[in-house]
Amino acid sequence: MTNSIAEIADADFILTTGTNTTEGHPVIGIQVKKALRNGATLAVIDPRRTEIAELAHYHLQIKSGTDIALLNGLANVIINEGLWNKEFVQERTEDFEAFKEVVAKYTPEYVEEITGVPADTIKEVARGYAKAKKASILYTMGLTQHVCGTHNVFAVANLTMLCGHIGKESSGVNPLRGQNNVQGACDMGALPAFYTAYQPVANEANRAKFAAAWGVEELPSKPGLTVGEIFDQAGKTIKAIYIMGENPVLSDPDANHVIHALESLDFLVVQDIFLTETAQLADVVLPAASFAEKDGTFSNTERRVQLVRKAIEPIGQAKPDCEIICLIATAMGYPMRYNSPAEIFDEMAKLTPSYAGISHKRLEQEGGLQWPCPTPDHPGTKFLHAGKFARGLGKFHAVEHIPPAEMPDEEYPFVLSTGRRRYHYHTGTMTHRTGALEVFYPTEFLEISCEDAEKLGICDGDILRVSSRRGTVEVAAKITDRVVPGLVFTSFQYPDVPINKLTNPVRCPIAKIPEYKVCAVKIEKVS
Amino acid sequence: MTTVTLTIDGIQVTVPKGTTVLEAAESVGIFIPTFCHDPELSKPGACRICVVEIPGARNLPAACVTEATEGMVVYTASEAVIEARKTNLELLLANHPEDCLTCHKNGDCRLQEYAYFYGVKAEAFSGEKHDYPVEEDNPFIVRDMNKCILCGKCVRVCQEIQGNNVLDFAFRGFSAVVTPAMNTTLSDTDISNCVFCGNCVAVCPVGALTEKAMIGKGRQWEVKKVKTTCPYCGVGCQFNLNVKDGRVIGVTSADGDVNGRFLCVKGRFGYGFIHHPDRLTTPLIKKDGKFVEASWDEAIALVAEKLGAVKEQYGGEAIGVLSSARCTNEENYLMNKFARAVLGTNSIDHCARL
Ligand code: SF4
Ligand code: SF4
Ligand code: SF4
Ligand code: FES
Repeated sequence: MTNSIAEIADADFILTTGTNTTEGHPVIGIQVKKALRNGATLAVIDPRRTEIAELAHYHLQIKSGTDIALLNGLANVIINEGLWNKEFVQERTEDFEAFKEVVAKYTPEYVEEITGVPADTIKEVARGYAKAKKASILYTMGLTQHVCGTHNVFAVANLTMLCGHIGKESSGVNPLRGQNNVQGACDMGALPAFYTAYQPVANEANRAKFAAAWGVEELPSKPGLTVGEIFDQAGKTIKAIYIMGENPVLSDPDANHVIHALESLDFLVVQDIFLTETAQLADVVLPAASFAEKDGTFSNTERRVQLVRKAIEPIGQAKPDCEIICLIATAMGYPMRYNSPAEIFDEMAKLTPSYAGISHKRLEQEGGLQWPCPTPDHPGTKFLHAGKFARGLGKFHAVEHIPPAEMPDEEYPFVLSTGRRRYHYHTGTMTHRTGALEVFYPTEFLEISCEDAEKLGICDGDILRVSSRRGTVEVAAKITDRVVPGLVFTSFQYPDVPINKLTNPVRCPIAKIPEYKVCAVKIEKVS
Repeated sequence: MTTVTLTIDGIQVTVPKGTTVLEAAESVGIFIPTFCHDPELSKPGACRICVVEIPGARNLPAACVTEATEGMVVYTASEAVIEARKTNLELLLANHPEDCLTCHKNGDCRLQEYAYFYGVKAEAFSGEKHDYPVEEDNPFIVRDMNKCILCGKCVRVCQEIQGNNVLDFAFRGFSAVVTPAMNTTLSDTDISNCVFCGNCVAVCPVGALTEKAMIGKGRQWEVKKVKTTCPYCGVGCQFNLNVKDGRVIGVTSADGDVNGRFLCVKGRFGYGFIHHPDRLTTPLIKKDGKFVEASWDEAIALVAEKLGAVKEQYGGEAIGVLSSARCTNEENYLMNKFARAVLGTNSIDHCARL
């Protein structure tokens, strides 16, 4: 997020796209509701009528996968009506002309044709956003899990720069992270092309710095493979995989492909707190400690580093992941030993400019700190890009509407979209074992519109067979007006409904994010 | 900023204009009891346990809704004040079940605390008592309206903070009760609109609202509270893990940087996986297609040998590593170091894209 969570409540215009905020990030939902009580205007872009869409002044119910057209349409209105921030564009950005040329054809009428959102609504929302004093855009995976995901994000950035709604309190671009420490995992170099804090591995000076700190002669220079590429190469160039705390068999698109990939390895080791669907395929399973059994830090979606504190001893013989990694490294002839997670943090902070001023001791005394925090006396950074973007000038990326890779056709007439439920988390490994959440919300269902249900002769609770070109699952029907005719929706959080057997593994070519939000399916009634 | 100076129990206090008498008193450490007041919610001034004496004012005004003014003189513990508070408590106790022995809130209940402080016993007005059925048809929250003192904090937190408008007052006088719409239960979510955030439980001053799974698991004074960060979504709420005898028995609100006292259903009620019997408790090695339990030494040696062999034969690039968006920064940093420096591969990633 370029802003902090608390700043959301002070925005006077909030545009959300592809975020089911009150279910996916409930406590941020609280901030949005607070802003509404303070008089803010809320516009929600979502193909589904979610709870937050119902609260909104404008629900822009687009056809799945048409975000760019809509965002370009908003920019078109803002430019045509002269509502853009000329000073900001002049001083802080580049490549505006090319952008202007591309959005010229996205008139509200043209965009209405593509997205299904009335031209007048597009105009009103464009004006509202442009004229607001403090305007915040929130988005999540609903925007990025598309074949054009990166372009979608560019389209959002274009809009904020056009209006100068960035680099200020309560104004900015705010991706909401789905998992507790996605931000931290990225910051810590769990990425194929980067060390900590996005320092490229391809850069020789970086390699030299890390090699020296880690006491090795050299480090590999070629950026590695992403998750999807690792699975594609399994059994080919990839012979062994070490998985810590992930369950790709349920979370990755095209599950059958992942299972096959893992089975074709010479060696698979999985380290987790449960025997997940993925761990079952392993040669060796290592029992890890849960968050309650270890010290450390998580970095949240607003870049705030916060302490995780050990409350109990590890269950059985389980060990914290840090300790396990140290044991393996040492057994492989690279002695690794730390007295505490605080010591690991200190080593990391020395190598990581944006975390350099943070330590467990400071977090203990002052509470959470938001990076960048370069020095021990730096208070942390509430919002990014004040006065200057990280790269200097903000770049407009002219982007065009790209239709989803797989559109419905005669054989597979429905669009399937996937997401999360309030009562569950990710693949459900934890939330199906709480004695409470799964008791209240035990089964998954497929949301389908009344019109479609009637056409297919389906009643609430009927078991449906849903198939795509890649696989089939069975799931109960839930007839609802949350989805429009032609669209069906379910979550990926139930092992009994492994919906990712159906989803399309085609990826955004830049960010390599799979297109979970759109694939074509057919639906038959089983009982 | 304009300020006003007043005298509370003989102490001079200077506060910004607009401050309430309650806030002014608290700012110098003077205690005034409250039931219905909460600094983050609107102020109904309804329960009147916070009354104080202000010479010249009519009756005894409620400190939580009375603005401090220049030259004001306030007595927070005069005879009239104590008398009024005692009567207030006697009336509340008169139709309150005498259940402190088994009540989960014992030791953390304002009614109990103030009754003790003012030496009020239950028998003074033994009157008609309520006999509401205890609502426990959901796995998260138990609502026992027999213990409700009608402070209205749950109503307001749900309206003003959570924004779900689940609860409201119904009926009047002795029959007054807090309830979801149409007298349904919280679990009927289509009507109640409840999302089980438990934020109402977090503000209830008595034992009327409790976390179901914590009941009977530990007395307030036996529990160690450890403040930590939620393991679920990316908001980063903080809360207290409640620990007794080496077990996590529940989650209660802490003052989180991001969330204050407020949480969602996953954070507040999703801790049960920690002690779930399915937890892996020992290393496992697959032999002839079946997992067998192994010692750490054996498992580590095998992993080191196998990874070492692949590295030897095909080079480090033949090893892929998945780190985790659910592990800590320290763990992710170490995994990044291990992959690159020890295994010699840059093919390390995690499921950020998923
Ligand atoms: S649990 Fe949350 S939504 Fe339900 S009544 Fe309480 S505050 Fe309202
Ligand atoms: S249930 Fe608790 S918070 Fe709600 S009105 Fe009764 S005493 Fe107050
Ligand atoms: S309590 Fe809920 S909103 Fe807060 S971090 Fe946990 S899962 Fe997210
Ligand atoms: S606390 Fe002041 S009236 Fe209730």
